[in-house]
Amino acid sequence: MNSVSFEFGGATFCALGSGALYWPAQSLLCVSDLHLGKSERIARRGGPLIPPYEVRETLEKLQSDIEATAPATVICLGDSFDDPTAATSLPEAETLWITRLQAGRHWVWIEGNHDPGPVNLGGSHAAHLTREGLVFRHIASKAPMQEISGHYHPKTTVSIKGRRITRPCFLFDQRRLILPAYGVFTGGLRGENPILSALFSGQPDRILTGKIPIRL
Amino acid sequence: MRELPPLFSDWFQKRGWQLHPHQKQMLERANLPAQLLIAPTGAGKTLAGFLPSLIEISEKPAEGLHTIYISPLKALAADIKRNLSTPIAELGLSIRVEDRTGDTSYTKRRRQRADPPHILLTTPESLALMLSYEDFARTFAGVQRVIIDEIHALTESKRGDQLMLGLSHLQAQFPDLRRVGLSATVENPKAIATYLARAPDPCPILNADPGPDPDIAMLRTDVPPPWSGGGAAYAIDAVMAQIKAHKTTLIFHNTRAQAEIFFHNLWLANDDALPIGIHHGSLDRAQRDRVEAAMVAGDLRAIVCTGSLDLGIDWGDVDLVIQIGAPKNVKRLVQRIGRANHQYNAPSKALLVPANRFEVIECVAALQAVIAHDLDGDPKGAGPRDVLCQHILICATAGPFEATELYQEVTTVGSYRGLTRAAFDACLDYCATGGYALRRYDQWQRLQQRPDGMWQLRDPRTAQRIRMNIGTIQDSDTLKVRLRGGRGGKILGEVEEAFAATLTKGDTFLIGGEIVRYEGLRDLILEVSRDAKKKPKIATFSGSKFSTSTQLSHRILDLLNGRDWQGLPDHTVQWLNLQAKLSKLPQRARLLVESFEHDGRHHFCVYGFAGRNAMQTLGLLLTQRMEEAGLHPMGFVATDYAVLIWGLDQVSDPAALLNPDGLRDGMENWLAENAVMKRSFRTTAIIAGLIERNTTSQKKSGRQTMFSSDILYDTLRKYDPDHLLLQITREEALRGLVDFGRIEEMLTRTRGRIDHVTATGITPFAAPLLLEVGKVPVRGAAEDRLLLEAASAVLSKAEPQE
Repeated sequence: MNSVSFEFGGATFCALGSGALYWPAQSLLCVSDLHLGKSERIARRGGPLIPPYEVRETLEKLQSDIEATAPATVICLGDSFDDPTAATSLPEAETLWITRLQAGRHWVWIEGNHDPGPVNLGGSHAAHLTREGLVFRHIASKAPMQEISGHYHPKTTVSIKGRRITRPCFLFDQRRLILPAYGVFTGGLRGENPILSALFSGQPDRILTGKIPIRL
Repeated sequence: MRELPPLFSDWFQKRGWQLHPHQKQMLERANLPAQLLIAPTGAGKTLAGFLPSLIEISEKPAEGLHTIYISPLKALAADIKRNLSTPIAELGLSIRVEDRTGDTSYTKRRRQRADPPHILLTTPESLALMLSYEDFARTFAGVQRVIIDEIHALTESKRGDQLMLGLSHLQAQFPDLRRVGLSATVENPKAIATYLARAPDPCPILNADPGPDPDIAMLRTDVPPPWSGGGAAYAIDAVMAQIKAHKTTLIFHNTRAQAEIFFHNLWLANDDALPIGIHHGSLDRAQRDRVEAAMVAGDLRAIVCTGSLDLGIDWGDVDLVIQIGAPKNVKRLVQRIGRANHQYNAPSKALLVPANRFEVIECVAALQAVIAHDLDGDPKGAGPRDVLCQHILICATAGPFEATELYQEVTTVGSYRGLTRAAFDACLDYCATGGYALRRYDQWQRLQQRPDGMWQLRDPRTAQRIRMNIGTIQDSDTLKVRLRGGRGGKILGEVEEAFAATLTKGDTFLIGGEIVRYEGLRDLILEVSRDAKKKPKIATFSGSKFSTSTQLSHRILDLLNGRDWQGLPDHTVQWLNLQAKLSKLPQRARLLVESFEHDGRHHFCVYGFAGRNAMQTLGLLLTQRMEEAGLHPMGFVATDYAVLIWGLDQVSDPAALLNPDGLRDGMENWLAENAVMKRSFRTTAIIAGLIERNTTSQKKSGRQTMFSSDILYDTLRKYDPDHLLLQITREEALRGLVDFGRIEEMLTRTRGRIDHVTATGITPFAAPLLLEVGKVPVRGAAEDRLLLEAASAVLSKAEPQE
């Protein structure tokens, strides 16, 4: 498993190259913004018919992270589904796949702006959740305590020897940790974007996702 | 068949004009279903095209549309409107002529749909949009003729395919529609005739007198051109002297960036303050309009321009054309030379200015080809299926259709004559369901088949989305550039988003001939201020890049091989001798390969002379192999004659790397993972309606950028490798961006005979490559290694403090 360890809120976390967050002490895996069913939602609303394979691709990624970390708890940090209908429209094979992943572990769906309200799948559902004084929620709150969130799909660009490399990234400072989007058909917002930088006091620490995740 | 009516012959007489023979013949054959006129600029093509329409409308006045005129340029439509107004007024005809382009206001466009003019001047995209409305048959009721101007240019792009598909749909409604094509001199008129006519209609070709041979030479300068670069700054004084010696000079460049730099330098040397303008596609519309108006009025002594002035408006007073940089293609050079047409019967005068020493060789080879009337060109392939997919969606937007009828219409289009029903059905299926192997949802349908068998849109909201995405022109994402100062400062033009992303506050660059300083980004507009410095940090945009044609490449190799260097200036001969001394000269039957170290990286250069696209592909193939061999390639740059690869490790066995069998067998592998294929896929996906163009409003809403087309490509490859769009991408890439045919040509020509030279430093031929723009990064292990190195460097710096 390729990961980078870092300290946040008094605990040690691993940022996985896939964009998942692993908390070894709690045996907890957290992924954000899966956006399952995005293709289906766009098609349903009369948009272009983009390939309907993103659910499989995302679940495959998730399965491999679960196999590597064997977590007791999995937290999906909101926007797990592209909209409530997408959650109910998953083909049976993919619904069963999620059920298989859930077997034998505590599974929490945190609600996001795309998927408010409970879903018809196993696991529990919550607006937010607190573990060891750390709050897990979808969108960063205005006055955070120690908080882990998603929503913004942060990505960042670095220039090295004339090469510009852009990848989804983890952003964090003393109070806030923001996860990259885990779903495969998701765009991103640059870390330098004012909306994002306003959330941090100064330049946040950055960990780039990729085959080998790298802390800048 | 028909004579000039008295009204017209009197008018001609009064003006002291006579019909050219080809104009007369066009009139005589006006009733044919299709005809093609090949004529040089200034031969009265426009009149030849419109005369039958003017006569027909004057003899049988009726409301409604009579003639559609289509040109690839918006500006041309406006110009034609101006040119037609004189005869119409003087003949006292009551003929309404209107243009309709993307610039036409919404209200006017609406009105035109309900109440069309007699003659409508438009572009392929605007026509496609009109055909997408439910009431198009009413708008076009009574249409008799369609005139396609500059058809040779349209046939070279998908815009032409879209146009011909649209015409087939229109002609199904109006079977008597007659087609007229107007073309510049081309190497294969028959191919254009087939392209133009509704199959199987005949299409006779008329050749106007081509006029005398051009007076063409290389510009002599006191200073030799530099070893590298594309600015041609060395020639500024000599060009200035030519401008002074002529009435009006057109100065053509191959890219916008080069035009900007040249214009800037020209302006610095313009001691007499001669009126000189600049014109290219990235400049703001208003600025281009001003330049065109000044040109028409004869107010300008010179215009620095790009392909944006390749076509169209006949500048009557141009008496000199200067081509800066290698012409790449003999046919286009001949057409550009034709822009100097102060008199149809006098020779056009043109000068070639090579930008660097390699281009000297190409210019000399091109001159020889022009004198030999040896035009180049590649045969046109079958009609692209992504354009067909868009056409099917457009037809569905206009109303329900029957599949067999639409298929029959499509096969009347020259380039789609060979389309099988199965191939058509695959496109229809893609439009209807996405064409995925796995079909699961009812909502997964854009088109639905009604109980009566007709196809229609499932969701009416789709219509608007399809209309927003009509067109086949691939514009890269651009940002407007505005001069800061007061509210609503002046818009100068546009730059590519990728370029904008590299700027930091205080950076200077050139746009519209001005040096500006980047101040910041506001509402997705780049704000700049004027800068008094003399040297900008960077030029801006890339422009279109052409490959040097096969024929011209062969001429260049022959020139090098033949050692007949009499046509070459001394400095070039010296340079060639230096290359021969430090390395070797490329030969037609052998492949020259060089290795050297520079700037801490290992460089590897292959002189394939197969044109930019094929050399780019070779770069992709070779870097993929290097990646597999653990040589950590970092990137490469391709030109028409070579590809230069750099990386962290040295290539020790070039023969293995260039083993042709493996290159051919490895095609499928490298097709999977490379930037060129993904770029190709993006184009295809946008044209076929899989992804939508980024609109400014989407960007402004501050929403996260849409998913990347790269990821869609990867997913499709993994789960649906035979998907229609992947098939199209492969096909397009092989003949376009990938151009594998020319790699084959190179391999056949050299047959594994490799000359490997290990040089101590940059070789004379490799030097220009290092300064080329358009470097392609290889996103492989080297990137991870660099990041790791950078990260550990930071860590080691941090350590002592702890």
